[in-house]
Amino acid sequence: MDWMTQASTSAAKSDAVFFYTFGLSLAFLIFITALMIYFVVRYNKKRHPKAEQIEGHVGLEILWTSVPLVLFLTIFYYGWTNFEYMRQAPRDAMGVKVTARQWSWAFEYPNGKKSKVLFAPIGRPMKLEVRSADVVHGFFVPSFRLKIDAVPSHANTTWFEPTRLGSYDIQCTVICGVDHALMLSKVIVVPEDEFKTWYFGGEDAPEPGKSLRAEAHPDLPKKPMGEELLRVKGCLACHSVDGKPMVGPTLKGLYGKQQEVITQGQTRTITVNEAYLREAIEQPGQTIVKGYPPAMPVMPMREQEVKDAVDYIKTLK
Amino acid sequence: MTTQPSYLDYTGNGTGLKAWLTSTDHKRVGLLYLYSMISFFLVAVGIGVVMRLVQLYPFQHLVKAQTYNALFTLHGVIMIFLFVVPGLPAIFGNFFLPILIGAKDVAFPRLNLASWYFFMAGAILAILSLFTGGGAPDTGWTFYAPFSLKTGTNISLAVFGAFVLGFSSMLTGINFIVTIHRLRAPGMTFFRMPLMAWALYSTSWIQLLATPILAITLVLVILERFFGIGIFDPAKGGDPLLYQHLFWIYSHPAVYIMILPGMGAISEILPTFCKRPIFGYKAIAFSSMSIAGVGSLVWAHHMFTSGMSEFANMVFSLLTMIVAVPSAIKVFNWVSTLYKGSIDFQPPLLFALTFIFLFCIGGLTGVMQGALAINVHIHDTYFIVGHFHYVMFGGTGFALFAALLYWFPKMFGKMYSKRAIYASWLPLFVGFNMLYFGMLILGMMGMPRRYYVHLPQFHWMHVFATVGSWLLVLGLLMYFGTLLYAIFRGKKADANPWGGVSLEWTIPSPPPLENFETIPTITTGPYHFAEEEK
Repeated sequence: MDWMTQASTSAAKSDAVFFYTFGLSLAFLIFITALMIYFVVRYNKKRHPKAEQIEGHVGLEILWTSVPLVLFLTIFYYGWTNFEYMRQAPRDAMGVKVTARQWSWAFEYPNGKKSKVLFAPIGRPMKLEVRSADVVHGFFVPSFRLKIDAVPSHANTTWFEPTRLGSYDIQCTVICGVDHALMLSKVIVVPEDEFKTWYFGGEDAPEPGKSLRAEAHPDLPKKPMGEELLRVKGCLACHSVDGKPMVGPTLKGLYGKQQEVITQGQTRTITVNEAYLREAIEQPGQTIVKGYPPAMPVMPMREQEVKDAVDYIKTLK
Repeated sequence: MTTQPSYLDYTGNGTGLKAWLTSTDHKRVGLLYLYSMISFFLVAVGIGVVMRLVQLYPFQHLVKAQTYNALFTLHGVIMIFLFVVPGLPAIFGNFFLPILIGAKDVAFPRLNLASWYFFMAGAILAILSLFTGGGAPDTGWTFYAPFSLKTGTNISLAVFGAFVLGFSSMLTGINFIVTIHRLRAPGMTFFRMPLMAWALYSTSWIQLLATPILAITLVLVILERFFGIGIFDPAKGGDPLLYQHLFWIYSHPAVYIMILPGMGAISEILPTFCKRPIFGYKAIAFSSMSIAGVGSLVWAHHMFTSGMSEFANMVFSLLTMIVAVPSAIKVFNWVSTLYKGSIDFQPPLLFALTFIFLFCIGGLTGVMQGALAINVHIHDTYFIVGHFHYVMFGGTGFALFAALLYWFPKMFGKMYSKRAIYASWLPLFVGFNMLYFGMLILGMMGMPRRYYVHLPQFHWMHVFATVGSWLLVLGLLMYFGTLLYAIFRGKKADANPWGGVSLEWTIPSPPPLENFETIPTITTGPYHFAEEEK
C-alpha cells in the first residue's frame, strides 16, 4: 500500500508533527473513553444508589486548563517551525512557474522549456511560483505533503526537494468547475543526468523518466472521448449535438454541410470540412456561422484532443 | 394539577394547519422548526447517500460531473444553513429556553414566528435556485470567488436564499438575548440558569454579531454578478482572498453557533442521569462565553494555503490552539460529572456519552488542522470532510439526537420504545465511524474533497466508507421511525420521566399553554438534587 509515501524532505517534517499530535490525541481519547466507561459501570445506580453532591473542584479546573494549554502550544510551536521549513525555499532552488487553469496544469522552466507534467531532478530543491489564469485552484502533491492555492490575483510560492525517484500525483484541491476532479498531473522525479539531457536538449529531446511514466500512466482516469470530451471542454454549454440551436449552432449534421459564414465582415458559403472545424476550435473568432454571435472563447486543447473532437463531430450526421 | 389545556390541545386560534402556522406560542414555533428541519435533514442525508454511491462507481455511471458538483453544494447548503446552524437553538431553544428560565414565552413571540417564515422563505429561495436560471449552484457551500462570480449556474438566487436565512438567525438571536435578560423568573440569577440557557446566550451573541457580515458578503457577491463592481474579481482589480476572509469571519464563528447549543444540551442531560450537580458549573458557563469570544478570532485557519502572510498564518494557528482549551475544559467537566453520581443509564445518556466520544475525535482532528505543518497536507482533503462531520454530525447531530430523546416525553407527552432506540444506536455508531473515520484516512492518503471521480489508489477506502453510509442510514431510519411511531402510538409519559430537577420537569407533559400556572421563585442552582435525597 503506497499511502503516506514520503517523497520529499517536507514530507518527514509534516509527518513528524502529525505523529506527535496523533499520539497525544490517541492518549487523550483513550483516557477519556476509558474513564467514561469506568464511571458508568462503577457509579451505576445499582452499585452506587446515593449520588454525592459535588459541585466542582478549583484545583482540577486549573489543572485541566493549564495542561491542555501547554500541550496545545507545543503542537502549535512544532507545527509552526516545521511549516517555516516547508515554505522557505533555499536560495539555490530552481524556479519553475506553475499556471493553473480550468482544468489543467502547465509548467515553465527558467530556460523557457514548457511541460504538462513537472519533471524534477532528485535531491535538487525546486521553487514553485504558482498562479492561476482564471479561478482559484489548489496545487497538491500528497506524497510531498505540498499544497498551495493558485490564486488569480497574485503568485504564491512554495518549494520541495524530492527524495525518491518515481511518479507522484498532482491534484487540484479547490473546486473550480465541472472537471475539478480531472485537473490532474504528475511530478516525475528523475535522476539528475536524465533531467539535464531533457532540460538542455532541444525541442525534440526525449522526456525523462519514460520507465517511471509507463508505470504511472494507467493510474490516470481514462481520458474522456466523444460527447464526453466536448462536455469536458465546455462546448456543450453552447452547442447541441441533437440539432437544437443554442447560443451557437448545433454540431449535428454540420460536417459536409453548405454553410453561410462571415469572415471579417464578408459573407460567403463554404463546405464544412476538417480544416474549418479545426480553425473554428483553435481560432474561434475568425470565421463565424451566420446568425450567431462571435462569443466562443479559446479553449486550451491538446493536439490529440482537437483531433478527437473533430473526429467526433464528423460522426454527428 | 393545572386548569390550562396543553399547548397541543389549545384551540384558541383555530384548529388544524392554520392554528400551527399562525401560533406565536414558542413551543409550537419550536415544533414547526423541528418538523421542517428534520425534513431538510433527511433530504440532505439522501443526497449524501447518492454521493457515496457515486464514489462506489466512479466516472459518471450514476450522475454526470456537473450534477455531482451540484449535489455536494446542495448537501452542504441544506445541512449547514437549514439544519446544523439553526438546529438546536431554533428547535430546543425555542421550546425550552422560556421554560428553563421560568418565562411564559420568548420576549418577542410574533418576531419569533416571523423568524420561522424567514427561515422557510430562505429555504424556498434556495430550492428555487435549483430549477431556475442556469441551474443548480456548483461551487460548494463556500461560494468561493471568482469561481462563484463566473459560473453560469444560479448562484445569485441561492446566495439570496442564504441572505434571507441570515435574518431568521439574527432575529432569533436577538429574541433569545432579550428573553434571557428580561424574562428570568424571580430569583433566577444568571448563575442559577441551566447551562443550556448559557449556551444559547453565547450562541445568540455570535448569531447577532457575525451573521450581518455574511449577509453583506453575500450581497456583494450578488452585486458583483449583476453589475461587475469588482470587489472580489481580480480581473476587475478585486481580491479573491478578501472574499475568503469575509466568508470565514462569519462561517467560522458559525461553527460555534452549531456546536455550543449542543454542548448546552449535553450539560443538561448529564446531571439528570447522574443525579448530582454538573461538575464545574461556572467553568462550563465561562468556557461557552470564551469559545464565543476567541472563536471569532480564528477564521483564517481556513486559509493557511491561500497565500496569506506567514505572520498571519502563525497568529491564526496560535489562536486556534487557544480556542481548543475551553472545549477541553468542557469535556473534562462532563466526564467528572459521572464521578460519584448515581447513574441511571437511559437512551439520552447513551447518546450524550457518544457525543462526547465523537466530539473528542472531531476536536482533536481539528487541532491537527490547526497545526500549520499538518494543515498543508490535509487542507481541502477528505480529512477535513471527515473532521467536520465528526464535529457537526457526531457533535451537533448526536447532541440533537440526545436532546430529542431527553425532551421528547416533555414535548409530546409520549414515551418511545427505549429498546428500539438502543437498537438504532448500534448501526448509527458503527456506520458513522466507518464512514467518517474512513474519510479521515482517505484525507491522509491525499484524496481531495469535491471530486466526482477518484484515482484508483483511493477506491478500497471509498468502498469501506460507502458501506458505512448504509449502516448510518439504517440507524437514522430506525431512530426517527421509533420516534415517529411514539408520537402516534407511544405510551403516555409522566411529567418527570427521568427524575430531573430543572424547571421543565416541574410542569406537566406536554406543557400547558403558558408553561407555568404561577411563575416559580428560584432559590437554588439548576441541578439541585440534594432535597430528593432526604
